[in-house]
Amino acid sequence: MRLKTVLLSGIIIMLFLISCGGGEDAKKPEPAPQQEQPQATNPLDNKGIGPIKQITLPETIDQKMADAGKKIYHEKCTSCHKEYEKYIGPAPLGIFERRSPEWIMNMILNPEVMIQKDPIAKDLIKQFASPMANQHLTEAEARSVLEYFRTLKQ
Amino acid sequence: MKNTLFTIIIISAIIFGCSKKQENAQGAMASGDAAQKVYVAPGNYDEFYAFMSGGFSGQVSVYGLPSGRLFKVIPVFSVDAEKSYGFNEETKPLLETSFGFIPWDDAHHPELSQTEGVPDGRWLFINGNNTPRIARIDLSLFETVEIIEIPNSSGNHSSPFTTENTEYIVAGTRFSVPFPQKDVPIGDTKFDGTLSFIKVGKDGKMEIAFQILVPGFDYDLAHSGKGKSHGWVFFTCYNTEQKNTLKEVNASQNDKDFIAAVNWKKAEEYLKQGKAKEYPVSYKHNWLDEKSQVAKSEEIKTVKVLTPADCPGLIYYLPTPKSPHGVDVDPTGEYIVGAGKLSADMAVHSFDKLLKAIENKDFEKTINGIPVIKFDKVVAGMVTKTGLGPLHTEFDGKGYAYTSFFITSEIVKWKLGTWEVVDRIPTYYSIGHLMIPGGDSKKPWGKYVVALNKITKDRYLPTGPELAQSAQLIDISGDKMKLLLDFPTVGEPHYAQALPAELVKPKSKQFFNLKDNNHPYKTLSENETKVVRQGNVVRVYMTMIRSHFSPDNIEGIQVGDNVYFHVTNLEQDFDVPHGFAVLGATNAELLIMPGQTETFYWNPKKVGIYPFYCSDFCSALHQEMQGYIRVSPKGANVPLKWWVGEPSAKK
Repeated sequence: MRLKTVLLSGIIIMLFLISCGGGEDAKKPEPAPQQEQPQATNPLDNKGIGPIKQITLPETIDQKMADAGKKIYHEKCTSCHKEYEKYIGPAPLGIFERRSPEWIMNMILNPEVMIQKDPIAKDLIKQFASPMANQHLTEAEARSVLEYFRTLKQ
Repeated sequence: MKNTLFTIIIISAIIFGCSKKQENAQGAMASGDAAQKVYVAPGNYDEFYAFMSGGFSGQVSVYGLPSGRLFKVIPVFSVDAEKSYGFNEETKPLLETSFGFIPWDDAHHPELSQTEGVPDGRWLFINGNNTPRIARIDLSLFETVEIIEIPNSSGNHSSPFTTENTEYIVAGTRFSVPFPQKDVPIGDTKFDGTLSFIKVGKDGKMEIAFQILVPGFDYDLAHSGKGKSHGWVFFTCYNTEQKNTLKEVNASQNDKDFIAAVNWKKAEEYLKQGKAKEYPVSYKHNWLDEKSQVAKSEEIKTVKVLTPADCPGLIYYLPTPKSPHGVDVDPTGEYIVGAGKLSADMAVHSFDKLLKAIENKDFEKTINGIPVIKFDKVVAGMVTKTGLGPLHTEFDGKGYAYTSFFITSEIVKWKLGTWEVVDRIPTYYSIGHLMIPGGDSKKPWGKYVVALNKITKDRYLPTGPELAQSAQLIDISGDKMKLLLDFPTVGEPHYAQALPAELVKPKSKQFFNLKDNNHPYKTLSENETKVVRQGNVVRVYMTMIRSHFSPDNIEGIQVGDNVYFHVTNLEQDFDVPHGFAVLGATNAELLIMPGQTETFYWNPKKVGIYPFYCSDFCSALHQEMQGYIRVSPKGANVPLKWWVGEPSAKK
């Protein structure tokens, strides 16, 4: 008796789904949830999430690249980041003591994902509230901004 | 017993749950699969972009097909406070005319640019009826980028239909007026008509190449030849009686009026030969400079005019019953369908026969130097037993034509060549134009026809005396037409054009690159923001980025100052516009796209503290995106100061 009811409801529900057409199968499946990066004990070990996997900074600063980076920084970044003081976002002064170069570049190039998934970026948005804007720098431009950051001295 | 009850409940749930779909079906369709055919799952894209004119709203609205979802309303001839169109200093020049700034027009026929007779997704043109103009919308921006006024014209209805490669778009006088305009008694003299050919440059820029002076009939609609008839444009006309009063009766006396066939390649020859006469005129040509995103308005003072009597072979009249409205050329270019709106039967002319009749001089008479071809020497066939009030015809590319019938509220499908009626479907109600994606081109995408209806009466929940007009999507992929969906439209969906989304979507601009910003009052970084006074003109060079303005505090503004806020959106990302609004400002907000600079004029009239803020929700700190302006009495000695952040940062 009960089994019959269950069976009947099953059939009816199927009918319901068929007759109503339902949602056409979503052609774009939801992206699989990415695993959060485990909290690195040393923040300098965190390379962030984005296109930059590994970079090595040469001993000496490439002044030409740094100059180009300074120009880009002033055009696209200074609305929120002043070199030597906290503003809308943190100041880049001394950033190499706090972050890996890869993390910095990924934060510039991939901020939407970083503020959702990266543990340090998630903490930062709690502190600063304003999300980092994607200013669509190319990798080369982001690299030159990084070089400019190397020239910042107290 | 319990089981029975349970079943009943479930069945009622099914019926109830599906009731919406069944409502859609009422009186319109037999099969139940309409909902699936128009369902575009959340996050998925429509197959077609449809551009519908707003008629008296003066705008173009952009819909997806088959879903009928509205994506955007593009302001064209009417100001739009939402987008600051016609309110900010950048777009005001677009609405300049020889009569001054006009904030409205009646926009009728969207027309996609074509390459080799097929819509190519570059531009959309649309006519302004009332103060004759043609606008061009750039389909990478979905914004109006150019408007040209048509001189020596009035009631610009037979416009802006394109030639096969968008060499020209056309315009014509639905309302004849004296040429040139003068003060004369109405009724004593016959007025004149003009047919205008507007050359379209490679960059889309429009220029009036020539006008043809024609008898003052009412030139109603037009379409270009294609394929074999490329090089010709056909215009319908009614009121060959040339009456000026009670036209409802007086313009319907003649059994046949005309389709005017214009050979524009011949016109080009006559222009080269110097047959055109230059007439003094004054009209405005307005366009948006791409780099600065600032519109310019230019006055043009002459126009070239050809007179048919001096230019044999330029134009012919094809007698067509009765008060023909639409003139539509089939995809092969052979058949020219004249929808005689007061005739029981529709005449279809043959292009081959036209050429032969011209060669044999089969003319019944000549009007002002324009030969009138004998009807039986040009007509290919009559479509009979159709409906009442035929208006427009589009084609599916499979040998069938679809004609809208206003009085009998229906679409009739008939076969080209045999002229037999094969199907008909009611519309709700009083269809005007109809549209098949690419349906007036050489290669229609003949999957749907959209009925563009003038009257909805009981179709939707009522909204007081003024009701929505509507579009109805009809499946034409099978033998029988099937109604799938109807949806209300913005303004009057006078005419529409559609094309596959893939022809437009990949070119859609995401934001303006700051590097390319060439606005004369741009501010490319926060360090460059400033406020400059010259007499009583104050220019504020301001920037915006999530989520603050720079400067956001300004002092030293005085009552009566002419303040221009030149605001640059420094964002360089997709979908991050910011707004700008000031307490008491008498224009509208700005809505500034990333990388763009827009200008807001403000003339403060009272002292006080005036907040300004971002009016487009931009981030979690959108509510904090706000600043203050201090307005002091005229002549006060409050110094001009501006800052953002701590007062220590005061400049």
